[in-house]
Amino acid sequence: MHKFLIRSFVSSLVLIFTLTVAAVAKDVKAAFVYIGPTGDHGWTYQHDVGRKAVEAAGFKTTYVEGVPESADAERVLRQLANSGHDVIFTTSFGYMNPTNKVAKEFPNVKFEHATGYKREHPNVSTYAARFYEGRTILGTIAGTMTKSNVIGYVASFPIPEVIRGINSFTLAAQKVNPNIKTKIVWAFTWYDPGKEAEAAKALIDQGADVIAQHTDSTAIVQMAEKAGVYAFGQASDMDKFAPKAVLTSVENNWGPYYVDRVKAVANGTWSQKDTWHGIGDGMVVISDLDSQMPADLRSKVKKLQADLASGKVHSFTGPIYDQKGNLMVAEGKTADDGMLAGMMTYVKGVEGDIPK
Amino acid sequence: MIIDINFIGLIIASIMASAVPLILASCGELITERSGVLNLGVEGMMIIGAISGFALMTVTGSLIIAIFGAMLAGVLISTIFAFLTQTLITNHVATGLALTIFGIGISAMIGKNFVGIPGKEFPVLFEGLKDTIPLLGPILFGHSIVFYFAFALPFITSYFLKKTKIGLIVRAVGDSPESASNQGINVRLVRYACILYGGAMSGLAGAYLSMIYTPQWIENMTGGRGWIALALVVFSTWNPIKILIGAMIFGGLTIIQFHMQAIGVRIPVQFLTALPYIVTIIVLVVISRDSRKIRLSTPSSLGKSFHKDN
Repeated sequence: MHKFLIRSFVSSLVLIFTLTVAAVAKDVKAAFVYIGPTGDHGWTYQHDVGRKAVEAAGFKTTYVEGVPESADAERVLRQLANSGHDVIFTTSFGYMNPTNKVAKEFPNVKFEHATGYKREHPNVSTYAARFYEGRTILGTIAGTMTKSNVIGYVASFPIPEVIRGINSFTLAAQKVNPNIKTKIVWAFTWYDPGKEAEAAKALIDQGADVIAQHTDSTAIVQMAEKAGVYAFGQASDMDKFAPKAVLTSVENNWGPYYVDRVKAVANGTWSQKDTWHGIGDGMVVISDLDSQMPADLRSKVKKLQADLASGKVHSFTGPIYDQKGNLMVAEGKTADDGMLAGMMTYVKGVEGDIPK
Repeated sequence: MIIDINFIGLIIASIMASAVPLILASCGELITERSGVLNLGVEGMMIIGAISGFALMTVTGSLIIAIFGAMLAGVLISTIFAFLTQTLITNHVATGLALTIFGIGISAMIGKNFVGIPGKEFPVLFEGLKDTIPLLGPILFGHSIVFYFAFALPFITSYFLKKTKIGLIVRAVGDSPESASNQGINVRLVRYACILYGGAMSGLAGAYLSMIYTPQWIENMTGGRGWIALALVVFSTWNPIKILIGAMIFGGLTIIQFHMQAIGVRIPVQFLTALPYIVTIIVLVVISRDSRKIRLSTPSSLGKSFHKDN
C-alpha cells in the first residue's frame, strides 16, 4: 500500500511536469524531412538523434523518412507547412530547390536546409558542419599509425563535401608523414554494406593498413577488424562494431543546433542565418581515442582538437598545391569558406582523378 | 604493384564470398520458376531473412537457431505468396512485387530495435589450412559453412532437376501443368513446395548478408541483390551451373573495378561501376545462345496461373 502511494505520487508529479512542459511549448511544432531511413545508423540516424533532442526539450516533432530529392520533396514540404508546423528542417543537399520554392509560398513557416547554399527568401536558413576538421584529426592519426604508408579511403560521390574531406585528410596525413599515399576508391553509394565492404577489402588487399571512409555503414570498420587493420567511424561512434580496428570516430551532432533553432522560433527571435559549425561549436565531435594509439599521439591529437576548436589551427593552411603543382592557398593564408564550399580539385599527394 | 600469387587467391576468395547470396537466392528461385511460378518477391524474402537471422542471433545468441530461423522466415513469407497465387489464383507478377514491398517494409519495422548493434562472429572452417597451399589456400579454406553450401548448391540443383524423379515432376509441372495434372500429379502441392523452397533459400541468402558477410542490420541492406538474383535466373536460361558463372562474373567485376580504382587505372569510374551489370548480361546471353536448349530449359508455363477444373 505504502509503495503504491509513493508510486502514484511520483507518477502524478511526472504527469504535472509533462503537462506544464506541454503547455509552455504547445505552439511550436518542428518537422524533419529525411533522405534515408532512420535505421541507417549513419546520416539520417544522426539527424534523428538531433530530432529526439528537440523532443526532449519539450517540443512536438514530426518526421518523414525516405523522401526522394524530387517533386516528391515539394509535395511533402507543402503538406508539412500546411499542417501547422512552424519550422521544417530539410536534411539533404538535394532538397535545396524544393525548400526555397515552398518557402516562398509559406512566408510564416521557417525553413532550415542542411548542407545547401541557397537562401532565396527571408524564411530560409542553411546549416552545415565542418566535417573536414574531423578529417584533419583522422589524417593525423592515419599518417602516424600506418606502417605500409598506404592509406585507403572509401569515398561516396564526387561532390565538394567529399573532395574537401579527402584533401583535409591527406594534408594532415602528409604533414606527419610525407611518405604516405592515399588510395581512393569511389563506391558510388552512400550506403550499401556489401559494396562498402568489398571496396575496403580491395584497398586492404592492396596494402592499405588504415582505412578511412566517407560512406555511412559500419561494414567498412567491420572489414578492417576482420583483416586486422585500422579504421575510423563515420557519423556515429562505431567503436563497438570493431573495437580493435576503430581508432576514433567523427560524430555528427545536430542536437544542440536543432534545439537552439526551435527555441528561437518559440521565442520569436528566429532570423535568417548561414551556419557552418565545426569542432569548436560542438557540431563535429571526436569520439574517445583508442588506447592502441601511443600516448604522445593521443596528446598531440587532443591539442590539435583544441587548436581546431579555438581557430588557432585551420585544416587548410597554405602553402597548398593542387595535383599539377599550382598554388591553391598561399603560405600563411587559409582557404576561405567560398573556396571550401566549391572545392572540386584534389590537393597534391592524392592519387588519381576525380570522376566526372 | 607486385602481383603475387596469394594476392590473386585473396581476390578470388573475395569474389566468391560476394557471389554467395546471389547463388543461394538464384538457385532457390530457379526451382520455383522451373515449377512454372514466377516469384518477383526475392528481394523481399531476402530482406526478411536478413532481419530474422540478425534478430534471432541477437535475441537467442544461437547462430544455428538464427540461420534456420531465417530460412523459416523465408518459408513463412513465401507461404503468403503461395497461398495467394496457388490457392486464390492471383497474378504472379503483381503478387511478387507486393511481396517485395511488404518484405522491405516489415523488415524495417522489426529492425528498428536492431540498428546499431554489432553482429556476432560467425565461425569459419579450416582456417588453419589457409596458408598451406599457395593460391588455392585462401580460396578453399577459412570460409563459413554457408559458403561451402552455396558452392555445392548449383551442382546439387542440376543433379536434382536432371536425374531425380522429383526433379522430373517439378519440370513437368512447370512445362505443362495440364499434362502433369492428368498424370495424377498434384500440381498445386508441387508448386507450393517449390515456392517455399525458394523462400528458404532467399531467407538463407539474406541471413548470409546480415550474419556473415557484413554482420549488422540496417534497413534495405540487401541493396537490390534480390533483383540481380532474379535477373541471373533468366539470363542463365534456368541453368544452375550458368548461375554460378553469372554470379561469379557479377561479384568479380564489382571487386575488380574497386581494385582497378585503387591501382589507379584511368578508366571513368562510372563506367567501371556499370561494368558488372553490362558484362554479366552480355556473357550470359552469349553462352546461352543455343535456342534449342533455351526452349528445353525454359519452363513453358512460367508465370501462368493453373486452375484445375474440379
